Amino acid sequence: MDASLSQEPNRGRRTLAAAIYGWVDERLDLTGLIAHAREKAVPEHRHSFWYYWGGISLFFFVVQVLSGILLLVYYRPGPEAYESVRQITYDIQFGWLIRSAHSWSANLMVLAVFVHMFSVFFMRAYRKPREFGWWTGLILLGLTLVFGFSGYLLPMDDLAYFATKVGLEIPAAIPLVGTLVTEIVRGGPEITDVTIQRFFALHVVILPFLYLPFLAIHVWLVQKHGNALPPSEEAKPEPERRSIRFFPDFFAKDMGMWLLSLNILAILASLFPWQLGPQADELAAAPQGIHPEWYFMSQFQILKVFGRWFPGAVGEFLGIGLFTAGLIIWAVIPFIDSRSASGSRARTAFYIGLAALLGLIAITIWGYWEL
Amino acid sequence: MINESTIKEIISSQGEDEPEGEDMSRRSFLWMGAGAIGAVYIGAIGYPVYRYLATPAERAAQAAAVTQTTLDGADKLPVNTALMFKFGTKPAMLIRHADGTFSAFNAVCTHLGCTVAYDTAAAKITCACHGGEYDPTSGSNLAGPPPKPLTRFNVEVQDGRVTVARA
Repeated sequence: MDASLSQEPNRGRRTLAAAIYGWVDERLDLTGLIAHAREKAVPEHRHSFWYYWGGISLFFFVVQVLSGILLLVYYRPGPEAYESVRQITYDIQFGWLIRSAHSWSANLMVLAVFVHMFSVFFMRAYRKPREFGWWTGLILLGLTLVFGFSGYLLPMDDLAYFATKVGLEIPAAIPLVGTLVTEIVRGGPEITDVTIQRFFALHVVILPFLYLPFLAIHVWLVQKHGNALPPSEEAKPEPERRSIRFFPDFFAKDMGMWLLSLNILAILASLFPWQLGPQADELAAAPQGIHPEWYFMSQFQILKVFGRWFPGAVGEFLGIGLFTAGLIIWAVIPFIDSRSASGSRARTAFYIGLAALLGLIAITIWGYWEL
Repeated sequence: MINESTIKEIISSQGEDEPEGEDMSRRSFLWMGAGAIGAVYIGAIGYPVYRYLATPAERAAQAAAVTQTTLDGADKLPVNTALMFKFGTKPAMLIRHADGTFSAFNAVCTHLGCTVAYDTAAAKITCACHGGEYDPTSGSNLAGPPPKPLTRFNVEVQDGRVTVARA
């Protein structure tokens, strides 16, 4: 009693805070939300490390949004695009850092998304009832890659120009509608100011507009179904499985991962600032060793090699066909491996995943080797 | 049986209570440390973002710091007319009176910041926004809402060049 009396001023502050909390709680049921978060459990086992990669992807997405908004303050699409990025990089205070953080975070996000996807795959987390999580994830991956592709053009330096030029040859090779669709996306037969304006609209309005609802569904599904158990855990009897509370235990670890990601991003963005090449010149020859970003390298290499093996349009068609077929198999994997028990179908899925992972890595390395 | 760890558990379960004893002061120390590290992060991110956003304002402040500007050929300005020019970042006006002398003012109305104009017919400086009027020689506020005179600049004519400087 005495102790509490001596703490009078503190008590007053606490009562006010409690009153405000009570007022909000009555309307939004915060207590229920916190209770729910405390009740929610996350499985704890030797593969738990892979549970963090969706969150890491989300962290880099948040960085993309914030740094993107900052770039929007000075970036001018259209004829002044290159000049405005030059100003951001070399003139505006810390502009180089904001731009570097945006570029590095984009690459780290794609990397985290791939790690997330393959870890989900090998945990067989695409199985019932999580098929929609898998599909929304694939849509988000596709949108992420289009984000990367459209953002790459915006500085309009020579690398951006040629990467976009080559990249747009891929949809142009689609039979019948390819040329028409590509010209609409590009705004004509060549990459010009018109293209930048379109890619800008795509990058900052259309893609976020499409991305956010799928992200919301994706995260909601994780909340609804909880974290999937990997097969090795499923095999254990219920009492042997361990779990931790989502809040505060898993949440704290999640935030630790975010902090680690932030530190890695800060080191990369500040020590290896993203460069700006010479301004794109439609009459200049492509620079030696031109290649796309690493996450498009495997597609680039396949098209290159198939073009060598099957000269003409056939090679291009086969290359695109191979990727499309792979993507379709990847999307229907929940149907191929639909049973919960491990069996021959699970083994098939495992080998498909292994082939995809090793194939992508090998072809990417091959692509860099041949530069 | 109550041992030390049970007591600790009871204390920590009353988490909201004031820190007491060695354990609780360690807790508050850790919280303080986390807060300090958090503040460093906020500063390390906030400072570049602030400087990034403030760049144009800082550049404008540098530009506004000019003390004088030279207007070439302004000595040929016809009498009873005004020339608008930029002094630092703000609009300014050079008036040539009927007797051939010059006056220069900051052309920003002291009421609500509109740019003022020289009214040739009335030989007065007027503001179209709210009807403010100023004297074209002294810059003093004559009529309407302006609370203060216009800021007056010194004018010097030499070799066909008019130099306007802060008073």
